[in-house]
Amino acid sequence: MSADGHLLHNLMLFGRLLRELGLDVHSGRMIDAAGALRLVGVRRRSDFYHALRTVLVHRQQDIAPFDEAFQLFWRPPKSDWTTMDLRSLGEERRYRQPQFDPPPTASDPLGRQEGPDGGDKVEMTRTYSAREVLREKDFAEFTADEVDEARALIAELRWDLGRRRTRRWMPGAGPLIDLRRAIRKNMAVGGELLDLPRRQRKEKRRPLVLICDVSGSMERYTRILLHFIHTVFGDVGRIEAFLFATRLTRVTGYLKDRDIDRAVTEVAHAVPDWAGGTRIGDVLKAFNFHWARRVLGWGGVVLIISDGWDRGQPDMLRFEIARLQRGCHRLVWLNPLLGSPSYEPLSRGMQSALPFVDDFLPVHNLISLEGLAEHLNALPSRRPSRRQQTRLLARSASQEQQEAPEAVQRSWRLDANPSFRHPRWGGGRERQGS
Amino acid sequence: MKQTTTVPATVDELQQAMREQLYVADRGLAISIHLALSLKRPLLLEGEAGVGKTEVAKVLASSLDTDLIRLQCYEGLDVNHAVYEWNYARQLLEIRLLEASGGLDRGAAARDLFSEEFLIKRPLLRALEHDGGRPPVLLIDEVDRADEEFEGFLLEILSDFQVTIPEMGTIRSEEPPFVVITSNRTREVHDALKRRCLYYWIDYPDFQKEYQIVTTRIPGAPRKLSEEVTAFVQELRTAELYKVAGVAETLDWTAALVALDQTELDPSVIDDTLGIMLKYREDIESVRGEPVRAMLNRARNRGTRRGRARG
Repeated sequence: MSADGHLLHNLMLFGRLLRELGLDVHSGRMIDAAGALRLVGVRRRSDFYHALRTVLVHRQQDIAPFDEAFQLFWRPPKSDWTTMDLRSLGEERRYRQPQFDPPPTASDPLGRQEGPDGGDKVEMTRTYSAREVLREKDFAEFTADEVDEARALIAELRWDLGRRRTRRWMPGAGPLIDLRRAIRKNMAVGGELLDLPRRQRKEKRRPLVLICDVSGSMERYTRILLHFIHTVFGDVGRIEAFLFATRLTRVTGYLKDRDIDRAVTEVAHAVPDWAGGTRIGDVLKAFNFHWARRVLGWGGVVLIISDGWDRGQPDMLRFEIARLQRGCHRLVWLNPLLGSPSYEPLSRGMQSALPFVDDFLPVHNLISLEGLAEHLNALPSRRPSRRQQTRLLARSASQEQQEAPEAVQRSWRLDANPSFRHPRWGGGRERQGS
Repeated sequence: MKQTTTVPATVDELQQAMREQLYVADRGLAISIHLALSLKRPLLLEGEAGVGKTEVAKVLASSLDTDLIRLQCYEGLDVNHAVYEWNYARQLLEIRLLEASGGLDRGAAARDLFSEEFLIKRPLLRALEHDGGRPPVLLIDEVDRADEEFEGFLLEILSDFQVTIPEMGTIRSEEPPFVVITSNRTREVHDALKRRCLYYWIDYPDFQKEYQIVTTRIPGAPRKLSEEVTAFVQELRTAELYKVAGVAETLDWTAALVALDQTELDPSVIDDTLGIMLKYREDIESVRGEPVRAMLNRARNRGTRRGRARG
């Protein structure tokens, strides 16, 4: 009896340990666990393990921490071993600190004193024209104060990625008669079908996937772009965010924090290769392999934010981005360098990616973000027609590039896609005075 | 009548029972199933395509000697197709008949029209209403294909084993069915649903287990062929591919090779039949030719090492 009590006590401690490791182990689960052990018994260690695992773990990613905890917890104690050692558990699995300084967050002493609604205050005191200047200023030249102000302006933007017609029906003015409601309704008039309610397809917002470059060359933009991503998070329904330099890191979980400063700091700690070099091809490959099938369902829109400086293999980039484009509803590439009138996408990475991008837009100041919001809100419900075209382009581009790179460089503007929008000749720039 | 006697009393018995139905279950999987049966909880099985998730439910149904009720999920799956629907055509006909006979009493008609006679029972309702003695196995297949709305009403059914039909009232199950839910993890199933289930992640099998599966399912295959096929597939899973071949593919491939009268693996035959294993053009192109030969050599080396260790 007392042995049983010991086991239960340890089981509770184990449950608490799992909770500290982030597993969703509530007390109902612990009752199940105790019940399970009674059924399976504790004679065989592997049975004991599987019984606990099947009851306490319900996500694949939780299996590894569970295993680690199990190994540590359920073993014969050494003489010099105390429960204190358990506290360090899970620490190793955390990502190491960024090797480079993360971009300064807006929580420097000055920003803190302003309080949470500091942005609003500034906005009111600033004059109209000052605000205009800010809208046109390149993100790279922003001071910490201006970042705060810009945040307030970004927060005013509305994001609506268009809607996708789902396969689900709901009452409405659609083409089909809702027989169930028709019969119920018309029972009141003796079953004569006088009033015919109809049904229509339900619509849902498209999911959004953000893949943002935080490599060295993007450093000046990273901070404000993280703010931008965080703002979009609050607005759009389903969203996934990834950061990359040499490796792809998923940061969706961190950005769900409502407090932006904390979220940004968390993200900075989570990304191991902050401000490293860029290997876009490898990164997209990792995305295609591990995430595309899980996050691109239901007609997602993908935003890649990068300057296109790539140190990887152009062939790989071309191959992987073509694949990514085939898998998503629309692929948008945002490039901060595109804000400069003299910029031409001649870098190797940009050259290989361009034929497979549906939209190529600047993201260097607030006006460009407004333009982006406007563009995304007006996305057509159909995919852009591109498949055949891009395949052909892929083949010819890779052949031509080996023979005569100049020819390709000159012809990039003639491509049907992307719908290239340059600040000088693109539409939507005229709204500056509004 | 005691029905619980049909449930295998121990994990070993369950494993044996599944083995008799040609399913090779891990100890871990067997424990999960055993617990799900004993605790009367739904079992959520996740894993890559083709590792035998759906098969678990089928095998379970036949080893428990009960019915299998299957619900294939898809986007937009709604109550009308998952739980129940009224037979509108018959309802309309009934109204006409009542009119013609002059006996149309509105209150009575409304009660009659929404009675069990006009109810079309869909899988979930059939699983709950089952009265054939032993509770059936309810397979909710590929729940990740359904949308969140569907998960929402699964919650009521899975936690209380009851459904509410507004016109008729609540239908409660006397003996809850054994529920097996599978997911390919193309999206994360909602936590609320997961919390109601026991969970098991089915991994790709190791060589020993896969070899056992191949010899159990295709007893006619030459021993050498089965061994080489298994070793080759194990090797193939380590290659960088978009879609890795599952156990189902291994079995298909072995069957195909047996049909082609092969007694051992041959690089050119592998090249010709790669389409059975790999379903992406890019994947096939990346392994065809030289990589296949290299993999086959490695697989054979492993095989001889294994043979030596055994002998």
